[in-house]
Amino acid sequence: MIRLEHIHKVYEDGFRALEDINLEFTEGQINVLIGPSGCGKTTTMKLINRLINPTKGKVYINGEDISKINPVSLRRRIGYVIQHVGLFPHMTIFNNVAVVPKLLKWEPRRIERRVNELLDLVGLDPETYRDRYPSELSGGQQQRIGVIRALAAEPSIILMDEPFSALDPISREQLQDELISLQENIQKTIVFVTHDMDEALKIADRIILMKAGKVIQEGSPEKILRHPANDFVKDFIGKKRLKQSEKVPAVDEVMIENPVTAYPTRGLAQSISLMERRRVDSLIVVDKQKKLKGYAPIFNILEKYTEEEQTLADVMKPFEHVVEQGTPVTVALDLMSTHQLPYVPVVRSQQDHTFVGVVTRGSMVRLMADVYPGQGNEGV
Amino acid sequence: MGWISDYILFLQERYTDILILLGEHLYIALFSVILGCLFAIPLGILLTKLKRGVVTSAAFTVANIFQTIPTIALLAIMIPFLGIGMKPAIFALFLYSLLPLLRNTYSGIKSVDPGVIESAKGMGLNAGQRLLQIELPLAFPYIMSGLRLTTVYIISWTTLAALIGAGGLGDLILSGIGINNKFLIYTGAVLAIGLALLTDFVLGRVEKKLSHVSQAHSETQA
Ligand SMILES: Nc1ncnc2c1ncn2[C@@H]1O[C@H](COP(=O)(O)OP(=O)(O)OP(=O)(O)O)[C@@H](O)[C@H]1O
Ligand SMILES: [Mg+2]
Repeated sequence: MIRLEHIHKVYEDGFRALEDINLEFTEGQINVLIGPSGCGKTTTMKLINRLINPTKGKVYINGEDISKINPVSLRRRIGYVIQHVGLFPHMTIFNNVAVVPKLLKWEPRRIERRVNELLDLVGLDPETYRDRYPSELSGGQQQRIGVIRALAAEPSIILMDEPFSALDPISREQLQDELISLQENIQKTIVFVTHDMDEALKIADRIILMKAGKVIQEGSPEKILRHPANDFVKDFIGKKRLKQSEKVPAVDEVMIENPVTAYPTRGLAQSISLMERRRVDSLIVVDKQKKLKGYAPIFNILEKYTEEEQTLADVMKPFEHVVEQGTPVTVALDLMSTHQLPYVPVVRSQQDHTFVGVVTRGSMVRLMADVYPGQGNEGV
Repeated sequence: MGWISDYILFLQERYTDILILLGEHLYIALFSVILGCLFAIPLGILLTKLKRGVVTSAAFTVANIFQTIPTIALLAIMIPFLGIGMKPAIFALFLYSLLPLLRNTYSGIKSVDPGVIESAKGMGLNAGQRLLQIELPLAFPYIMSGLRLTTVYIISWTTLAALIGAGGLGDLILSGIGINNKFLIYTGAVLAIGLALLTDFVLGRVEKKLSHVSQAHSETQA
């Protein structure tokens, strides 16, 4: 775990880049530092591998004060990816990835195995790519090499400073997906700098929002979306994303519009066969003007089945709970769960009681699928 | 076409002298350049590491001044301090070689992408490793082109060193002028040109070879 305590950073020119930063970066998670340009994200990140030393305050890694560690050996234990990749142009891909293992004097065979394994990990065939030079790779491929180079010596901490910002949106998304699935396997403590909120929301386990050298808010993406600390955070998240998370759809959007209904004049045997056909255990009773009358559960019908004169009007029960069009889904959901209802009918208004549909548990499931599309089939 | 046989006769008579002078020429030129490299390349590297811009611009100003002194004047200025002969000539040519070597070394290292340096640093290469594994290999083409340029210049200027009794091919030209012998003049001039071209060619090959070796080397290291 990485802990920053009362960090102040004043640059030589007197610029106060960081003021009293207190932070923890959680182990095994993707911690995203985000904020407008110049707010001190990079400065904060570089404190961790001592590319920058704090003017005041201390940084601890697993409880150890890093100002007491030799910076060179500290850095060999921390992976580092910078914005513009920083691959060494005069070295082959193999040698680029092998830099730190070589510094650590790994056995040549072990280095060889490790490099091949890493290239495979990001879908670059070792045979094809290991002897190429960085200039012979596409931007996205170079970024992948940048990332696996940081992983090479199996550091437990990886620092990434806007690693994907120079990429086109498609490769960017792709690399974000790769990073997420990679992280599932490697479980490193990752500190990731970005100024792109979509990126942060997508990959972060924890978001740390900074402004002008201070931490404004930290927490899970969920928490930041739901409880933005102030207007700055709201602005930074953006109205669109806040709406998305705030806006609860109305029942109209999820209801089933053509459930099995029947007129009150329908006979019981007829009703049973309708229920059999449509595989339901109760019928919603609606008159010719589409006014909602009530519902007839199968047991009530069966009870009176022998009495041939009876119709649904005789056996149906009124609904105790109905909702109007435009009611938030959450209200319907509440009704269903507090009263143990299998469904709630939706009417145009409480006064005229015109039936328009029903909300069921099933329609809630469909809602979830709409809000989070494609989660199930998003691959590596 | 009588001059061809005359010239052959001339060569037969003088070829030992000519070879000696050629050797001297090469010696003076290479000695100056090597000295220049030993001094200017480390200095150039050092200058890139200095935070104070003052020192850097001072060093460049001094090297620039040497460059602007006319060759003959500089050679003459040397005489009171170092007498005549090879020593003052080598010293003067050494001073001339400084600027291009210094400038190319400096700009070669400065041209290395700061992102590359920063990631090297962030990955845990210490200053020496960064210099040897990153900065020098990347600056190598610059340094090498500075070296080639300097060598060609110095070989041609070495001709003037004969004026202060240093010997070299300039001797041929000077005595040619003295006794109005065209053969002497042309032989001196052509050999000096040939020597410069040949050296440039050889250095070009060396450059290719070395960048090849450094790649192959890092590959076999793997
Ligand atoms: N070496 C330096 N000397 C003086 N000021 C600096 C130095 N490095 C950074 N700064 C200033 O410190 C502030 C924070 O810089 P930092 O690089 O941490 O910003 P950042 O949040 O990473 O911004 P960006 O998103 O643009 O990369 C900036 O205002 C910057 O101008
Ligand atoms: Mg930055």
